[in-house]
Amino acid sequence: MKVLVPVKRVIDYNVKVRVKPDQTGVDLANVKMSMNPFDEIAVEEAVRLKEKGVATEVVVVSIGVQQCQETIRTALAIGADRGILILTDVDADPLAVAKLLKAVIAEESPNLVIMGKQSIDGDNNAVGQMLAALLDWPQATFASKLEVTGDKASVTREIDGGLQTLEVALPAIVTADLRLNEPRYASLPNIMKAKKKEIASKTPADYGVDLASALKVLKVTEPPKRGGGIKVDSAAALVAKLKEVGAL
Amino acid sequence: MADLVIADHNNTALGDGTAKTVAAAQKLSSDIDILVAGENAGAVAEAAAKLEGVRKVLLAESPALGHLLAEAITDCVVALAPGYDAILIPATSAGKNYAPRIAAKLDVNQITDIIDVVSNDTFVRPIYAGNALETVQSSDAKKVITVRPTAFKPVGEGGSATVEKIAAGAADAHEAKWVSDEVVKSDRPELAGAKIVVSGGRALGSAEEFHKVIEPLADKLGAAVGASRAAVDAGYAPNDYQVGQTGKVVAPGLYIAVGISGAIQHLAGMKDSKVIVAINKDPDAPIFQVADFGLVGDYKTLVPDLMAALG
Ligand SMILES: Cc1cc2nc3c(=O)[nH]c(=O)nc-3n(C[C@H](O)[C@H](O)[C@H](O)COP(=O)(O)OP(=O)(O)OC[C@H]3O[C@@H](n4cnc5c(N)ncnc54)[C@H](O)[C@@H]3O)c2cc1C
Repeated sequence: MKVLVPVKRVIDYNVKVRVKPDQTGVDLANVKMSMNPFDEIAVEEAVRLKEKGVATEVVVVSIGVQQCQETIRTALAIGADRGILILTDVDADPLAVAKLLKAVIAEESPNLVIMGKQSIDGDNNAVGQMLAALLDWPQATFASKLEVTGDKASVTREIDGGLQTLEVALPAIVTADLRLNEPRYASLPNIMKAKKKEIASKTPADYGVDLASALKVLKVTEPPKRGGGIKVDSAAALVAKLKEVGAL
Repeated sequence: MADLVIADHNNTALGDGTAKTVAAAQKLSSDIDILVAGENAGAVAEAAAKLEGVRKVLLAESPALGHLLAEAITDCVVALAPGYDAILIPATSAGKNYAPRIAAKLDVNQITDIIDVVSNDTFVRPIYAGNALETVQSSDAKKVITVRPTAFKPVGEGGSATVEKIAAGAADAHEAKWVSDEVVKSDRPELAGAKIVVSGGRALGSAEEFHKVIEPLADKLGAAVGASRAAVDAGYAPNDYQVGQTGKVVAPGLYIAVGISGAIQHLAGMKDSKVIVAINKDPDAPIFQVADFGLVGDYKTLVPDLMAALG
């Protein structure tokens, strides 16, 4: 069974993002970039399936600038087998990404796609569901548990109010939530091994996909800041303050 | 033309995201229909019909819809789509699950988690965990929009729309199969719409301590209970308590954070609360930068003190 995992290069989750003064976006210059944390969880899950003998090959794909190669290498160091880099300077929108991934899937024919539920830059939480729609595959999003048996997967998902378990026939799309697993730290030998693994270089044109977007970003601005508050010295003083401002 | 709002519900009650999404839809059109897709969801449809400014309520029922399966809801909505300019969906876990599937089936992008409507085609939405706001214009003829409920005031309940039953659509061969739900039952208010929220973090240290400290304080205040990711990951609180970038977004009148450091991912889910209180033993914890009132010290003494001060 082949598993495909799309991975995105994003601003590291620990970095405080800054909006550019000209309001064209956020400042990416000299900012630490990493693999989207949810994608790391997806890669880890795919590698665990391989270690259990359920998956035979884990292929990762990243769409973006040349440096996405580093993101792919990180996935290869966790244990993925090979990578595909689709080079573009365009910050592709979720629908375009889903269309590109559909074309990759037509070539690769994976039985399962595991991907992060959302990327922490655009916060769209959309590509997995869109990809499932374009392929007419079942979807199991926000997964906190995945079990694959034969041509079926049982997926426990985080929903409003608790958990839901679904069974999906493969091929299917599963999107990873935070509690699916805790990704490992790649070992030094595995980081060395990853350097030798193959990364194919492609372009959107190779897949016949146009990345033009119907969504135009007019501006990016800072959210309103909260005024600084005060420290109170006792619980009684707190209750008095809360009553004063009408919060109680 | 008209807008379609997809109701947020659990087959028995209408979620408050619906009235807030209707409010967002009213900024685009005055002809608003609501789709209730569920099973045995007549009472939900009746509640939706009472919302102000609603033209009619469409009720589609089947077992798959009752489990809110994305494949089934998508089929149902795509069949209705020709009659609407915009489809608006509350950004709840359920809505986030099916909205992009609907958008892709209609070959349009999703406009995600809007907090403001600038014009018919232009919207404001948070990105980067709310650390930036993006104003985005869509040239798609049909718009699929998810709405952040906390950003809109709910419409009132003086309406009397008609309820019309519609076909649910046949089961989709590619549909996921529902196996089970494990829903946490609680008499407390729903987190997403609560007026007061008390949240606990990693500091609590155990599920027992979380029960013993956070829940009584919440109950005293008639509040909903929330948690940080760290508290949920460690099993102190169930997953649907998580407040934050990737959990629930809340904006209550009062938010009390106990033993939560205030990571940006947590702030993303609560910084629009009206009044924020932080109880933390570290005076430099980032949570104090957004807190209106801070109490520095050990929650083990401060929470009992607070209980006493509340009387
Ligand atoms: C992709 C991604 C998504 C995430 N999404 C979310 C999300 O949606 N929601 C979320 O909350 N987090 C999220 N996180 C995690 C986030 O980065 C933080 O790790 C998390 O919020 C920390 O939780 P905490 O504040 O409870 O724990 P900590 O950061 O460990 O803070 C504990 C606090 O308790 C205080 N404390 C300890 N003992 C006491 C005591 N006795 N009395 C009083 N105070 C005490 C400490 O001073 C400290 O400030 C996400 C992270 C990633 C990478």
